[in-house]
Amino acid sequence: MDATIAAFLLQDGLTTGAIYALIALALVLVFAVTRVIFVGQGDFVVFGALTLASLQAGMLPPTFWLLLGCAVAGCVLDCAIAIRHQHLWRLPRILLNYLLPSTLVWAALSAFDLKNLPGLAQVALTLLVVTPLGPLLYRLVYQRLAETSVLMLLIVSVALHIVLLGLSLLMFGAEGFRTEALSDVALTVGEMQVSLQSLMVIGCALSLIIMLYLLFGHTLYGKALRATAFNRNGAQLVGIPTRLAGQAAFALAALVGACSGILIGPLTTLYYDSGFLISLKGFVAAIIGGLASYPMAAAGAFLVGTLESFSMFWASAYKEVIVFTLVIPVLLILSLKHSHSGEEH
Amino acid sequence: MNRRLLALLLLLVGIVLAPQVLQPFHVTLLNYVGLYSLVALGLVVLTGVGGLTSFGQAAFVGIGAYATAVVSANLGLSPWLGLLAGLGITLVVALLLGLLTLRLAGHYLPLGTLAWGLALYYLFGNLPMLGGFAGIADLPYIQLGGWTIDSASDFTLIIGVLLVATLWMLGNLLDSRQGRAIRSLKEASGMAEAMGVNTMRSKLLAFVLAALLAALSGWIYAHMQRIVNPTPFSVTMGIEYLFMIVLGGAASLWGALLGAALLTLFKQVLEDVLPQLLGGGGGTLELIVFGVLIILVLQYAKDGLLPLLQKYLPSPKPRALDLHDAEPLPRREAERLPSNQPLLAADGLVKRFGGLVANNDMSLAVHAGQVVALIGPNGAGKSTLFNLLTGVLPPTSGQVFFKGQRIDGLSPRAIAKLGVSRTFQHVRLLPGMSVLENVALGAHRRGNAGVLRALLRFDRAEERRLLAEAARQIERVGLAEYMHTPAGSLALGQQRIVEIARALCSDPQMLLLDEPAAGLRYNEKQTLACLLEQLREEGLGVLLVEHDMDFVMGLADHIVVMEFGQRLATGSPMEIQDNPAVLAAYLGGVE
Repeated sequence: MDATIAAFLLQDGLTTGAIYALIALALVLVFAVTRVIFVGQGDFVVFGALTLASLQAGMLPPTFWLLLGCAVAGCVLDCAIAIRHQHLWRLPRILLNYLLPSTLVWAALSAFDLKNLPGLAQVALTLLVVTPLGPLLYRLVYQRLAETSVLMLLIVSVALHIVLLGLSLLMFGAEGFRTEALSDVALTVGEMQVSLQSLMVIGCALSLIIMLYLLFGHTLYGKALRATAFNRNGAQLVGIPTRLAGQAAFALAALVGACSGILIGPLTTLYYDSGFLISLKGFVAAIIGGLASYPMAAAGAFLVGTLESFSMFWASAYKEVIVFTLVIPVLLILSLKHSHSGEEH
Repeated sequence: MNRRLLALLLLLVGIVLAPQVLQPFHVTLLNYVGLYSLVALGLVVLTGVGGLTSFGQAAFVGIGAYATAVVSANLGLSPWLGLLAGLGITLVVALLLGLLTLRLAGHYLPLGTLAWGLALYYLFGNLPMLGGFAGIADLPYIQLGGWTIDSASDFTLIIGVLLVATLWMLGNLLDSRQGRAIRSLKEASGMAEAMGVNTMRSKLLAFVLAALLAALSGWIYAHMQRIVNPTPFSVTMGIEYLFMIVLGGAASLWGALLGAALLTLFKQVLEDVLPQLLGGGGGTLELIVFGVLIILVLQYAKDGLLPLLQKYLPSPKPRALDLHDAEPLPRREAERLPSNQPLLAADGLVKRFGGLVANNDMSLAVHAGQVVALIGPNGAGKSTLFNLLTGVLPPTSGQVFFKGQRIDGLSPRAIAKLGVSRTFQHVRLLPGMSVLENVALGAHRRGNAGVLRALLRFDRAEERRLLAEAARQIERVGLAEYMHTPAGSLALGQQRIVEIARALCSDPQMLLLDEPAAGLRYNEKQTLACLLEQLREEGLGVLLVEHDMDFVMGLADHIVVMEFGQRLATGSPMEIQDNPAVLAAYLGGVE
């Protein structure tokens, strides 16, 4: 291996690492607020990339139907609850809350000639379609279980992932997609080519990471979200709407997921089932951060990305084995650190 | 014949007769249900009972299958050697992974299992020796004596026998000393450690057992399919095993069978019906329907479907135990201490949590045959001191001695072993277990039956002695009528008394009681006071934290008053009642 190849692998590793960092970040965020280990995070990445791909092909993205389906299901559920409690005055508000966003998205999708929209407008539409899925799924799947154990929530997450996987196959079929790059400029730095897309991925990831770090560490809103995770009842007692906190966390996660998908879409071919492995690698990174620290999780993600890219070069068949085996020493270190393990989780 | 054996016998007869009645295709389906059940049974012990979630069981099935494939097909040796190899490799791998991950808090284990489940799957698919993703074909049939196990109904027989035997053995295990330890892992591992249970060992035991059952299932699977490739051992399948027990009811062995059967049949029905209904894409829809179903079950029937069915069965009667002729357990050798040496002594204990000094220079001594009370306002640091004395927390500085031996820095388990037992301020009983079983947990250290004896029910003599000891302590504290009641259904005050019985069951020389009289009615307090007086006469040292002053003043020989983490006063009840500093702390000072 010479320096050029090494530099190329490093660039590749840092780019995928940035995506894993975003995923890790979303995972840490969702876990910190809701205690949900959100296995479906990678599915949002796929949704993001494939929604953009269908927009670029000039089609109505199939994820819109998913959005509509979730909205209708949530609406029916909440209406049924309101009717059972005879709170009929709440019905108009519920209908408005659930159905207005989807209607607006539909209006936007049908108003424009999707194929010839400028790239950024397509990106914006993609985010509009995918982001509301986060809070809707939280409402449909997790809200009722918000008080149960982490393990129960994890099992639900896995079940939800399986549903999303099936839906993804139904919506996009089995073939892979690659979106058109937002920019195909390449810079030449010394000997090597640096693609602008890679730089954009890394830049976007870093700025999102910094924004989330600031949001959680230094704003009242972020602190309220953290308080929810720490002690739901306590947070409720001091007036934090914990239900909204959960939905907000999932909205952020969906947004971050869709962004990751849009960023990675032009660089690698995504299939309907690519989400799971992306999630798991994000997990490896998040575990390195102990599921709590954003900067550590980000560092872990870059490590995972680089490791993956180098092991692809040396032993491509074993790249997954190598990446997932990395978890074990990390767990070992964590377990030595936590040798006085706490009581009853 | 008892109910459990009857159910097992019925199951065995049912499985053996099934091939005569069912069509061949359904017999094959039944075999799969049996194989999945084996894995799910291990998972019930690990996850449902022990609270340790694993998504990686399919990888252990894979180890079992690939080991026998290499041994029997590639090397041409007997499948029985393949079984041995599979179990051996699984044992080593499970021990290693268990040692690495079981120490971690709740959610790291499932994530860890997910990761190594994937790693092993890709390893299966990429090792040239294992035939890549095409796998290994042409495995020989299993020979048992002169019998070649080759038809589906032969497999039904062998799977049925193994399944029933596993059910029986795991049932035995859960109803034993080791089983009680595993049952305490989920909700109260800290308490179990204080009762002398090595919880890490119990976790490892459950983990290895589940892995071995998975490997066994893989061995049969390999010889039934006669071809092994990575697909059935993917993480997806690992997830499905977990779904099985969630669906059936994770907390019970029969739930595993129900879940495995439901899931297999359900998948079959979906595969048959959905494509006809919707035209194509059956596999996809299967996934969706399946996931939605699991989410709904978790949302609306958290304990799985078995409890819903069990409502229609008559509830089992508590078994009548005749324990009176059981030989008493050996007691601790009571050595005489020099009369001036205290049983338990703390010297200059300091505990800091960051900037907060919870205990500052605390010293106290408890002699044999003495009741010492630790009193003080809320937040004075009494519970912290208890935790320092029992090894739950390490002191920042200072020393703790028990019978002249330094015990600060020892684990709660080691301290329990020396003869210090305790109760907890927040009651830590296993609410679903009977009072008798809860109390027997206290005697854990006094038995030594291991897993094999428990599995095969060779532990009954010792088990009788343990239960007899538990029953004796329950009678002693006056709760004999509640012996077979679930501990969670007792009043809080009574639960505190159960904790005392559990502590006494470990044959302690030193007893630490954290607010034993809280929540007791007047005559219950009288009974408790009598019990403590009796223990004092037997030469036990008792240290108790208590807020009820009448109770303390009437009982204690010596009182230590704490305030703001420090010793405020010490002396006899009379002296304390007249101490101006104590009066100031309790009633407010005179300005």
